[in-house]
Amino acid sequence: MTQPILERIRRIASDLLDIPVQQVLPTSSPDTIENWDSLHHLNLVLGLEGAFDVQFSPEEIAKMQSVESIALLVQNKLSGGK
Amino acid sequence: MGSDRDSRELIDELLQLGQWGKASAMLADLWHQQPVMANAAYIVSRYERMSSELSMTPYRLALLRSFTVEPVVPLLRAAAFASGINLVVQVGDFNGYAQEILNPHSNLYQFKPDAVILAIQTRDLLPDLWYRFTELSSEEIERLIDRIRKDLSDWVKTFRCYSKAHLIIHGLEMPLRSSAGILDAQGELSQVEVLRRVNEGMRSLAREYPGVYILDYDALIALHGRLRWHDEAKWLTARLPIAADCLSHMAKEWLRFIHPLAGEVCKALVADLDNTLWGGIIGEDGMSGIQVGPEYPGAAYQSLQRALLDLYQRGIILAVCSKNNLPDAMEALEGHPGMLLRPHHFAALRINWNDKVQNLREIASELNIGVDALALLDDNPVEREWVRSQLPVAVIDLPQDPMGYAEALRNSPFFERLTLSDEDRERGRYYAEERQRTELRGGTASLEDFYRSLQMEIEIASVTPQTLTRVGQLTQKTNQFNLTTRRYTEQQIAEMTASTDWRVYSLRARDRFGDNGLVGVAIARFDGDFCEIDSFLMSCRVVGRTVETAFLGHVAAEALHRGARYLRGWYLPTKKNDLVKDFYEFHGFKVIGEREKGSLWELDLSNGWTRTPEWITCRVLEEGMTR
Repeated sequence: MTQPILERIRRIASDLLDIPVQQVLPTSSPDTIENWDSLHHLNLVLGLEGAFDVQFSPEEIAKMQSVESIALLVQNKLSGGK
Repeated sequence: MGSDRDSRELIDELLQLGQWGKASAMLADLWHQQPVMANAAYIVSRYERMSSELSMTPYRLALLRSFTVEPVVPLLRAAAFASGINLVVQVGDFNGYAQEILNPHSNLYQFKPDAVILAIQTRDLLPDLWYRFTELSSEEIERLIDRIRKDLSDWVKTFRCYSKAHLIIHGLEMPLRSSAGILDAQGELSQVEVLRRVNEGMRSLAREYPGVYILDYDALIALHGRLRWHDEAKWLTARLPIAADCLSHMAKEWLRFIHPLAGEVCKALVADLDNTLWGGIIGEDGMSGIQVGPEYPGAAYQSLQRALLDLYQRGIILAVCSKNNLPDAMEALEGHPGMLLRPHHFAALRINWNDKVQNLREIASELNIGVDALALLDDNPVEREWVRSQLPVAVIDLPQDPMGYAEALRNSPFFERLTLSDEDRERGRYYAEERQRTELRGGTASLEDFYRSLQMEIEIASVTPQTLTRVGQLTQKTNQFNLTTRRYTEQQIAEMTASTDWRVYSLRARDRFGDNGLVGVAIARFDGDFCEIDSFLMSCRVVGRTVETAFLGHVAAEALHRGARYLRGWYLPTKKNDLVKDFYEFHGFKVIGEREKGSLWELDLSNGWTRTPEWITCRVLEEGMTR
């Protein structure tokens, strides 16, 4: 996985979950970050779709359960076509 | 992305240093450049830290809704902050709008909102008409229409009993595709027609109550495209019917209502002329060279003028601020066949070479409104930036391409109004008439009448010990209206006046607005049959009032009086004196020599010269006539 994508996602997550970027780790998930509820998850999805110009399917959205898995998903979408 | 990071770091530093104004301006800038979700969250969090330090208009908005609106809220708040509105938003329970309105103790009323938006959509409000339309009989449809009319009427009436807040109701949107396909437009029962009837009912309901308005949600969706607006996946999974890239449009539309309700609107729009109201530069390209008319490329400017006329009809005062010669600009404003705007549309005119910031201040005081009630429309990004940095004026950003000007203007929220009185409709005319009364004696708008009304008086004299310093100064610092740009010291001027071959004239000008002081210098050298104009210059504050013609006429008369037959003069171009490149030609001189440094012009005095215009009273001081 390329670092720049992970970094961008950490920063976007930091903005949209309203926590310092240092606290957004690759392993961070709704279980470890208190703010990460379903509404924040929706904001995060919308923010990522806008930032990377991609669209996530409902199945993909359901699987976005950690920063790392989100980064992998974005990476795949960007390289494999949308 | 990199510069984005840097600007955020800078903003955070400014916040730590307590430089609120600068931080606020940078946040607004960041928002205008990238109005996206991630920035919205950041911008809102930073504004919240300093909201008590900034003088922003506080406003409380309650959102009642039948669908997911939460992701729009940070976008809305960021946009509001960037426009100087501190917007506090409360979102009502999902699909709980009716209960909240009907219950006097609901969160809605406890929140004490200034305005309430009822964000509803057809499929939630009228699911039968949306999903089952083809199954319904005409009687069932009529019953549904009656029912919703009664419901809406009850809600609005109840709301008015409990709250004085403004109420904005979303009109119903049309389906992406009608249930009956293309048959919908053929039969007697059309789904689209039925929904339009409900919308009509909503509009007449809103008219019954003061402070109740309709947001045309269908028009908004159509503007951006139904297919692009709707996101089926988000709708089915999260009850969010709006696609990610249209959320900011929803926020902007809501803000269009907040602006007039919160009083954050502009009363007057000040427009530039060259390359804004028309293409090209009137001072250079002339009447036949500028572009404005029904054909491309002039059509782009005409459609901007049409947008300005719409604002004029809405009661927005129009004014002009342009760096130009007044007669050139007036000729185009009055006489160009492609212009839709005429002098009578403008309540104030500042067509001169003064600084734009100073002119805007003067316009505000002439119109008797605050500078913060002005908006500026100018194609020049440098002028826009300068004004933005100096004054609280709403500066409208124009795209590079003039074909985008009209849309940029119509898109601005600062000219939105929710009510229109007869006085509003007449306001533009009233102001323009007031200007004419003030500026034009007699009230007719011709340029000559304008000159006449100024009651100009000039006084021409030879330089004296009292005026020597000022005359030297003028040769040193005058750049624009200066034919040769020759700089002289006081000492050199004194030597010229001592010589019989030289004459140095000074010009004073006054009009009924006051004395402009010593504003012009002409230096002439006599050599047999020839009188050469060594220098001819005027301060820009009197340029464009035909004073120059009177001054030149005096030089010509004196030359003839002293035995010269030809009056000659150089035009030596510089970066700054383009203003006078046609000066000699305009006054009947013929070019007799062209060099790299400039052109030499000559006038045969036996054929006469351009006389002092009759609207200028010219006095020649006695001591100037001796010798």
